[in-house]
Amino acid sequence: MENIKMTARRDFLKATAAVGGGLSLGFYLPGASKVAEAQAATHSPNAWIKIGTDNSVTIMCARSEMGQDVYTSLAMLIAEELEVDVNKVKVEFAPPAEAYINALLGGQITGGSTSVRDAWEKLRKAGASARMMLVGAAAAQWNVDAAQCKAVGGAVTGPGGKRATYGQLAESASKMEVPKDVPLKPNAEWKQIGNMKQKRLDTPAKVAATATFGIDVRVPDMLYAAVAMPPMIGGTVASYDDERAKNMPGVKAVVQYSRGVAVVADSYWQAKKAKDLLEISWNEGPNANNDMRKVWGGMRDAAAQPGAVFREHGDADGALGSVAKLYEATYELPFLSHSPMEPMNTVAHVRADGATIITPTQFQQLVPFVVAGATGLKPEQINVITTFLGGGFGRRVEVDYTIDAAEISKAVGAPVKMVWSREDDMTHDSYRPGGIYKVKMGVDAAGKLVAYRYHGTSPSISSRLFPSIVKDGIDPFSVEAIDNFPYAVPNHKLTYQMFDAGITPGYWRGVSHNQNCYVVEGFIDEVAHALGKDPIQFRIDNLEYSEEKHKWSGLSAGQAVGGRMKRVLEDVKAKSGWGAKLPDGKGRGVAVMEGYNTVMAAVVDVTISKNYDVTVDKVTYSVDAGPLIHPDQAAAQVESSTIFGQSAALYGEITVKNGGVEQMNFDQYRVVRMNEAPKSIAIHWIPAAKDQPPGGLGEPATAVVTAAIGNAIFSASGIRVRRLPFSPENIKAFADPRHTMKPTNL
Amino acid sequence: MAISFNLNGKQAMADVAPDTPLLWVLRDTLGMTGTKFGCGKALCGACTVHLNGQAVRSCQTPIGSVAGQKVTTIEGLAANHPVKKAWVALDVPQCGYCQPGQMMQASALLANNKSPSDADIDAWMSGNICRCGTYPRIRAAIKAAAKA
Ligand code: FES
Ligand code: FES
Repeated sequence: MENIKMTARRDFLKATAAVGGGLSLGFYLPGASKVAEAQAATHSPNAWIKIGTDNSVTIMCARSEMGQDVYTSLAMLIAEELEVDVNKVKVEFAPPAEAYINALLGGQITGGSTSVRDAWEKLRKAGASARMMLVGAAAAQWNVDAAQCKAVGGAVTGPGGKRATYGQLAESASKMEVPKDVPLKPNAEWKQIGNMKQKRLDTPAKVAATATFGIDVRVPDMLYAAVAMPPMIGGTVASYDDERAKNMPGVKAVVQYSRGVAVVADSYWQAKKAKDLLEISWNEGPNANNDMRKVWGGMRDAAAQPGAVFREHGDADGALGSVAKLYEATYELPFLSHSPMEPMNTVAHVRADGATIITPTQFQQLVPFVVAGATGLKPEQINVITTFLGGGFGRRVEVDYTIDAAEISKAVGAPVKMVWSREDDMTHDSYRPGGIYKVKMGVDAAGKLVAYRYHGTSPSISSRLFPSIVKDGIDPFSVEAIDNFPYAVPNHKLTYQMFDAGITPGYWRGVSHNQNCYVVEGFIDEVAHALGKDPIQFRIDNLEYSEEKHKWSGLSAGQAVGGRMKRVLEDVKAKSGWGAKLPDGKGRGVAVMEGYNTVMAAVVDVTISKNYDVTVDKVTYSVDAGPLIHPDQAAAQVESSTIFGQSAALYGEITVKNGGVEQMNFDQYRVVRMNEAPKSIAIHWIPAAKDQPPGGLGEPATAVVTAAIGNAIFSASGIRVRRLPFSPENIKAFADPRHTMKPTNL
Repeated sequence: MAISFNLNGKQAMADVAPDTPLLWVLRDTLGMTGTKFGCGKALCGACTVHLNGQAVRSCQTPIGSVAGQKVTTIEGLAANHPVKKAWVALDVPQCGYCQPGQMMQASALLANNKSPSDADIDAWMSGNICRCGTYPRIRAAIKAAAKA
């Protein structure tokens, strides 16, 4: 896919050179001791590493830590080649800078399960290059050949027992020429990458509760803002009466800003209590009367349009007219909220000569530009500091809340912490788009797959956020896990139709892998059952082995990966107890997918009650994700995305009424809790092939588990549920025999 | 009028309206940000603290009702408490945001039940949401802490 073009104006490397002279750079992590940092002079061989004369090693973490472990796993990549113990380094979040752009996304963005994949070579090379400079500095000092020197444990040793620590060498090393040819260690020499015992570096602070999230930031003279935003999506303030609010204790100001009205007070609670007394009338905007009848009616009309073709081979429509058996189905998916546990918030201090924005963001690079737009300052006057994120899941790729906080701070002329309530957060999210998916499969008399038709209709996220990557009617982030359709069907035609539902669409963990995996894997399961075949064997027998590259892959590989698929399917079959007879009310379903260059198969065991309540008992995975940098946390990401997917699969649905989101809090937007989480999530890793790069792990299980749950429900109940969530109401609706798929015999 | 109470073994004072939730007194007035805000409606457990040894949702606990009582927050749970040690040993936190509440809820469980079963853990912990889905590790950590 084409990169999302972003240009950072501030160049970290230039800044380093300008500061020079042993000064530490002028940014810091909230909560970190500035005093301690100021004591030691530091030197930076490159944008990723700072070495103090006191031998301290600081590694810059250029991705946002939202639970997925970049804080540790990215540091491990550098430490491995730098020859320092990762447990002894300090990690700092990087400021926005060109050096930190994610090559897979074209911006300094954390998302798309790309952090490790983008960093894989880059950060090992950064570590290796710094090590070579340190060794070179030692060799020059001792007047020996660099080949006679060796870096170990944060020091360089040389002939005759010579030894110098990195701290002693840092200054001269930072003046060395940056090496051009940087060989990396062979895998067999890794001491830290793949260490099964490695702990997360951020765990102690998170257990002690000293880790600073955006919402925890406190700066001198800070005020607190609570906000009132329009209840309908796209509404604006018409007028407001703040008489009662203004007179509440602690209230400093009531200000209107682009999106709403803010009450600024000495504490959040005072601000919130006063905010509840505002009387606001709203311009209802373009979606005033939007409701689900309109959303689904419009979506159905859109689905009747031909859409744009994104992959085609042979003559699918023609072939479907003459096959022995024709199967067809329509799948529907709802809108979903991200709802990370930490509601949106930002601390902003806008002054006449610049601004500081301290925020939990997945897209720090964009913040200076939008804040500049909102304040009249220049991007280079805006200092952005990234905190720990209390969850992200794609929500914090949006920078809306940083703009709000900046506007409010500017209006009151003071540092302000804006905190959203859970209700603000749930009703002003960007939402995983819902959609309608129509699929057809034609089978010949011998039971061979002959023709396949896919037609997806859904809102396009990228049209809103990155319109330049949307071309010819196709949003690459709508066709993931379908562009790489994994089954060999000689005639196929895949089409996509955009539809604006009046519900702001957003990137949500797994993005379009979720919709398409459910549709592809649900339907292939239907066809397997209809033909009386074992679902795993049927998949294996019909895998696509052609490696033809397709055009629109988003963050899938853009091609079928039949060999890898076969391997995980066979592995999960062997390890999940597949084929064993199950008691009544229990079922077992499978799904497989490539996404983020990770191939995974899941087998899910469910129990379904007489009232159609579904319990997910057990999930077994076989995962081919290449080399694991931090194996325990690779597993944690699969566990995490499993439960995130399960929440959506069983419960998730956002609806609108009178143009606004109806769900306000976790009583109306149910998520999986302790008693509902699977009692077992078993993950079997396929060993990495030689030179195989790592695949992404933050997201794919979210999609795979959902499809597998649906297939397990069918196995348990004989009910094929083609509408998410798998709620008792939806399951009951699909229990109606009219929904049973009968082939049309042509 | 200032309200005084015992916070993590020390006297604490807050001069705020008595209906102010303990959560915001801790976070804003006293600067103790370990206790988190998640829902404000007793739906998520992020704000869990101990009031006289019992796990309560501080977002629903008016400071007026706390006068003269004993409050323990995550900052006051000893660093060598078996729950904290188990959380570190099993690398439970992901984003970490829900974890102070989870640990306060879990430590209250273990104070009353030395060897909780899966069903006990389900019943006791189901008010605490973790969007990162760390439940399997929380369960394992509670069991490890129970054995410590
Ligand atoms: S913030 Fe108190 S229970 Fe959620
Ligand atoms: S660790 Fe992120 S919400 Fe629980």
